Amino acid sequence: MKELMLGNKALARGLYEAGCCYISAYPGTPSTEVTEEAARFPEIYCEWAPNEKVAMETAYGASLAGKRSACAMKHVGINVAADPLYTMSYTGINAGLVIVVADDPGMHSSQNEQDSRHHAIAAKVPMLEPADSQEAVEMAKEAYRLSEEYDTPVMVKLCTRVSHGQSVVETGARTVPVKEYVKDIPKYVMVPDNARPRHPIVEARMERLREYAETTPLNRVEMGDRKLGIITHSTSYQYVKEVMGKDCSVLKLGMTNPLPEKLIRDFAAQVDRLVVVEELEPIIENHCRAMGLTVDAGKDVFPLIDEFSQTLLAKVLKGEEKPYVTVDDPVPVRPPVMCAGCPHRGIFYTLSKNKVTVLGDIGCYTLAAGAPLHAIEMCLCMGASIGAVHGFNKALGEEGERKTVAILGDSTFMHSGMTGLADIAYNQSNSTVIILDNSTTGMTGHQQNPTTGFNLRGEPAGKIDLEALCRAMGFRRVVVVDPYDLKECDRVINEELAAPEPSVIIARRPCTLLKTVKAQPPVKVVNENCKGCKSCMKIGCPAISMREKKAVIDPTQCTGCGVCIQMCQFDAMEQEV
Amino acid sequence: METKSIIIAGVGGQGSLLASKLLGRLLLDQGYDVKVSEVHGMSQRGGSVVTYVRYGEKVYSPIVGLGEADLLLSFELLEAARWLPYLKVGGAVVTNTQQIDPMPVVTGQMTYPEDLAAKIADKGVKIDAFDCLSLAEEAGSPKAVNIVLLGRLSHYFDFPDEVWQKALEAVVPAKVLEINRKAFRLGQEA
Repeated sequence: MKELMLGNKALARGLYEAGCCYISAYPGTPSTEVTEEAARFPEIYCEWAPNEKVAMETAYGASLAGKRSACAMKHVGINVAADPLYTMSYTGINAGLVIVVADDPGMHSSQNEQDSRHHAIAAKVPMLEPADSQEAVEMAKEAYRLSEEYDTPVMVKLCTRVSHGQSVVETGARTVPVKEYVKDIPKYVMVPDNARPRHPIVEARMERLREYAETTPLNRVEMGDRKLGIITHSTSYQYVKEVMGKDCSVLKLGMTNPLPEKLIRDFAAQVDRLVVVEELEPIIENHCRAMGLTVDAGKDVFPLIDEFSQTLLAKVLKGEEKPYVTVDDPVPVRPPVMCAGCPHRGIFYTLSKNKVTVLGDIGCYTLAAGAPLHAIEMCLCMGASIGAVHGFNKALGEEGERKTVAILGDSTFMHSGMTGLADIAYNQSNSTVIILDNSTTGMTGHQQNPTTGFNLRGEPAGKIDLEALCRAMGFRRVVVVDPYDLKECDRVINEELAAPEPSVIIARRPCTLLKTVKAQPPVKVVNENCKGCKSCMKIGCPAISMREKKAVIDPTQCTGCGVCIQMCQFDAMEQEV
Repeated sequence: METKSIIIAGVGGQGSLLASKLLGRLLLDQGYDVKVSEVHGMSQRGGSVVTYVRYGEKVYSPIVGLGEADLLLSFELLEAARWLPYLKVGGAVVTNTQQIDPMPVVTGQMTYPEDLAAKIADKGVKIDAFDCLSLAEEAGSPKAVNIVLLGRLSHYFDFPDEVWQKALEAVVPAKVLEINRKAFRLGQEA
């Protein structure tokens, strides 16, 4: 049956058809739906792991046990999982193991723009790159075949436009190959004496994969006009075809590690000018140059930065630009903001008011860096807030300790905040850590995590007690506060910053968008009391605006959280109870 | 046929994904090759959100470039202005006249431009601007703005009404189907 399918869903479909029995992942845009869609198949065990490293390790365990397995993550997740990745390349696998990674050129929802192909090259594992949903289905299946034939984990790389693009897919049936677990100490126990003989096996495997790359239909030549030959991959291929049609010849690489040298050389010999079109890093281009080929255009004309488009390619390849019109007025930007009723708002307002230096983390709360709160001064990677506050305070001593906090969400804390907290507990900086416990993984669209008490399918699961965990690590000061209560937030934050020992503040209130959270009646403005002082505007709530010097509340957005009522000194905000 | 492009623009949370899902489904049923491109995650949360729908004999790029869209369907007036450069010369804008202040306007750093619909028309662009929110409320739910807009958009295609109704049934949950049928009709008649 023909179906319009999201790239991530198509990839999940491919994993299913290939007989995948086990998927573990940590959510991360644009990869999240791979696992969510796979979970619709009851035949596949699916879970959210605390982080990508654990996800990859559990998938490895399932592969050893003899079941085809997979793990999924966004590009920065591969950094977290790099440790198991680089060594499982040495041990190889038992049943097929597929690592799904989704890059985000253009940084629609990411903190950097790294190119995952570097990891595939460095870890010496094959990488396949689908350019649309149908290819995602097919490559997931081929990835399993390759994984078992060449005894290697296989990376399948998506990008935002493939992950979140829908295109037409034809589906097939599921077959489930299963293997026996076999004890094999020299293969699986990577102590130096065993690892040394494995390294040549890895190199020999790459040689064999290079031969495979020469003939696989994943890499294909589409001959058109021979004056121009373009080597390309992933969505860049789509832009090339859109702009050039048959006015050039194309070598489309579906396998980007290892690269097929003979195929590339033969293609180059058949065209007058050779051009490489690839998003982000010049990996194919540099390879061509290292082979001694003349690349007539590559990163000298196509940027290293941002995602591509047909607009860019038409301009560079043909010097063509389409006419368009704009309005003359400046169009104000519309950045994402913390939602009306977001429980994070009260804490960030309090921190901002007290001029606290806030070292932030990855999640919805990063939005507090924007106007009007400007309350986050650092955001690096998952869990970094806690390590950074420790270093910051060790470097500055009491001067830092009295006015600096780390802040991160419940899921990010479970992901990689705990080890940072262990550092504070062990090496004793007098640091204050705030965990925003909103009972969900918010930014990626409400996934469960180890603190919510439910698993990926929404069934009851183990629930980690954050207070007990922090106390067990040696924190005597663990305080829970309701972030909707501004006075209490103010008291607790000042008290814990002043305290002579490290503390953890847990700001607990479920995300207002959760279906289980019932909105309160919206707050109304009492016009005669409103002085237009804009105090309520300081919290940056998107439901509040000023019209004719009076505050106005949009009742469709307002959740009745009541934080603005606490901001008003003139009793101009009221709520039916 | 040449590939056709539609841009659906709105504010995160307005329901633009359902609109693209319905259009994608409908166009696929009509035998076209279709690609739909969405953005999830950070780009939502009240931010500017855009979805691309492209269809034709064979569609390559999943996104729409500058000056390429045949139609710009906008859930909010400022978003219509923001995505106007993506409209083909000779293309049409179908937009809700609702105004939602973005944060720079809320904080007073910038002003929301006045008379945007007229200013877009002054640029020689065919614009079909109407109040979808009140029609959605009339239909029974302010959330049906997306379906009101689709009702209006149906005039720009040659498909018979049953094709639209079938697509509505396929993507709208059964319990709100009647509200959405009404919203679609009100949009069509607006």
